[in-house]
Amino acid sequence: MRPAAPMSIKPQADAVQLVLAALIAFALALPFATLKPNRIVPGQPLFLLDGPPFWARALVILALIALATVTWLGCRPSLRIVVTATALMAVILALGSTAGHLPPSNAYARLSPAAGFWLLTGALGLGIADGFARLKPSPLAGLMAVLAAVLILAGLFSSGWLSGISILREYQGRSDVFWREAVQHVWLAIGSLAAAIIIGIPFGLLCHRRPRLKAVALNGLNIVQTIPSIALFGILIGPMAWIGSHVPGASALGIAGIGAAPAFVALLLYSLLPMVANTLSGLAAVPRDLIEAARGMGMTDRQRLWKVEVPLALPVLLAAVRIVLVQNIGLATVAALIGGGGFGVFVFQGLGQNAADLILLGALPTVGLAFVAAVIMDALIAWSAPRKGRGSIA
Amino acid sequence: MTFASRAIPRLIGLCLLLGLFLQPQLFEPVFRPLANTSAPSIYAQAELWSLALSHVVLALGATLGALILAVSAAVVVTRSWGASFLPLSRSIANIGQTFPPVAVLALAVPALGFGDRPTFVALLIYGLLPIFETTLTGLTTLPAPVMEAARGSGMTEWQCLRTVELPLALPLIVAGFRLSLVIGLSTAAIGSTVAARTLGEVIIAGLQSNNLAFIVQGGLAVAGLAVLAHDALTALEIWARRRTRLAV
Repeated sequence: MRPAAPMSIKPQADAVQLVLAALIAFALALPFATLKPNRIVPGQPLFLLDGPPFWARALVILALIALATVTWLGCRPSLRIVVTATALMAVILALGSTAGHLPPSNAYARLSPAAGFWLLTGALGLGIADGFARLKPSPLAGLMAVLAAVLILAGLFSSGWLSGISILREYQGRSDVFWREAVQHVWLAIGSLAAAIIIGIPFGLLCHRRPRLKAVALNGLNIVQTIPSIALFGILIGPMAWIGSHVPGASALGIAGIGAAPAFVALLLYSLLPMVANTLSGLAAVPRDLIEAARGMGMTDRQRLWKVEVPLALPVLLAAVRIVLVQNIGLATVAALIGGGGFGVFVFQGLGQNAADLILLGALPTVGLAFVAAVIMDALIAWSAPRKGRGSIA
Repeated sequence: MTFASRAIPRLIGLCLLLGLFLQPQLFEPVFRPLANTSAPSIYAQAELWSLALSHVVLALGATLGALILAVSAAVVVTRSWGASFLPLSRSIANIGQTFPPVAVLALAVPALGFGDRPTFVALLIYGLLPIFETTLTGLTTLPAPVMEAARGSGMTEWQCLRTVELPLALPLIVAGFRLSLVIGLSTAAIGSTVAARTLGEVIIAGLQSNNLAFIVQGGLAVAGLAVLAHDALTALEIWARRRTRLAV
């Protein structure tokens, strides 16, 4: 028997959306938040359907119904993304408003997000990611969307709606330290990236002209790359302490065995391999006949480098910057173990005190920072890639 | 480079590493100058070989688990019936790789408590992404003539996967496994901050008691393991690549 002709409205949900819907349904059955008398002891679970105030519950339910409808009708991905993002905001607001249920007398009581909240956030986040994957937006549009998300989140945080949540309680207790460590983290990641660019690209150019140096350098940097971060950070303490105490003026610059100096050098060493290797592969990919043509036009070596080779290798160089930046933001977390500061301070303090909220205060900004850095770099790379009609090498 | 000039330094490295694990006292003179005169220069709270063993078992076990899961997932999303998961799984792999390993480890602790368990799970989750991505690349960039020939010769989908697709993707699968294992060996060391039993314990003890001998000892041990694993798997990858070239 042949299937009936499609009706006017044909349900469009596919396997991915069914899985995500099942995840959301499962998340609703899990505890949404945990109310604890203080930071350490286990608390009492609250569910989404009885914890938050009525308006917040209604908001979440309405947003989820809208999402189901939009998905079922097979609306455009862009509309689905907007509805999913609204549902996500409703979930976050519901968590914030649940904090209003805290007993006002107990200053130590706190409301932590629980499994249900995380699963709901995760499933909705995946829904947004799926929407973007199908929409295939240009990197610039992706960047705009992420910036909008950052602005909305910043607005939510500064509105005070969420200030009752445990992670923000941890933040309120140490906001000065938080921003100091944030600056330190970014400084470590970007500073070592800048140093890697200044050293790595000229070194790559040198290796490009001298094949024997290239083999040795790549081998050495490959080995450095495999040394575990915690080991490299630790091993550098020795030489940095020696430099700090023996080289005149070094300790005035802040070079010492413990602190940011060995962390900075370790991040720099890790950054060199991607920088040098990509400089080499970018230069190697410049077509021979273009170089010949440049030579034929009477360009000097220097002109050829800056007007032909570097512009053509730019996307590959920026790809290296992306790798290094994301990697450094992650690795800078480890710097806290040797007194180098950064968000790792909260992660390791939290691990030491068995305080999950403090761990999250360090880990979530690190993850967010790495993600935003990756999106910004992706947009830059796409922008720098040769377009048709503008220096394309076909 | 000849085979001997490549193999001999690695064999020496392996022997030194095994010596350090089994007879650490032999290395006392090397580490002595790094420690204060009153402090011990060889870590003695636990046997180095047992720490090394549990370090390797933890990282290798988690990465093997990641290998099975990631290759299965990559196979599923490249079949016609699983294709609707392909765009999402691609973007998960892209986004997931921006997550710092330390953050993944730290986030596993609130959920799973302290010890080997969160470290194992964090290593497994983090190890999934590189293997998934390279396997996916391998399975989606197979030469079209080969695929047509396989289909034309009347192979079932399962036969095609087993005898054509997976063997051709093998070099890339091994490359992903290598990336994951090296990251895993490195992150397992940080696992000691959440009380996993690994060589990181030696480094952390050194950092806490300001004993450079411990830091260098643990650091060299972990680095040695990672470099040897990297080398061994690179050799395996080259072997697999050569084999597929013969096969094609």
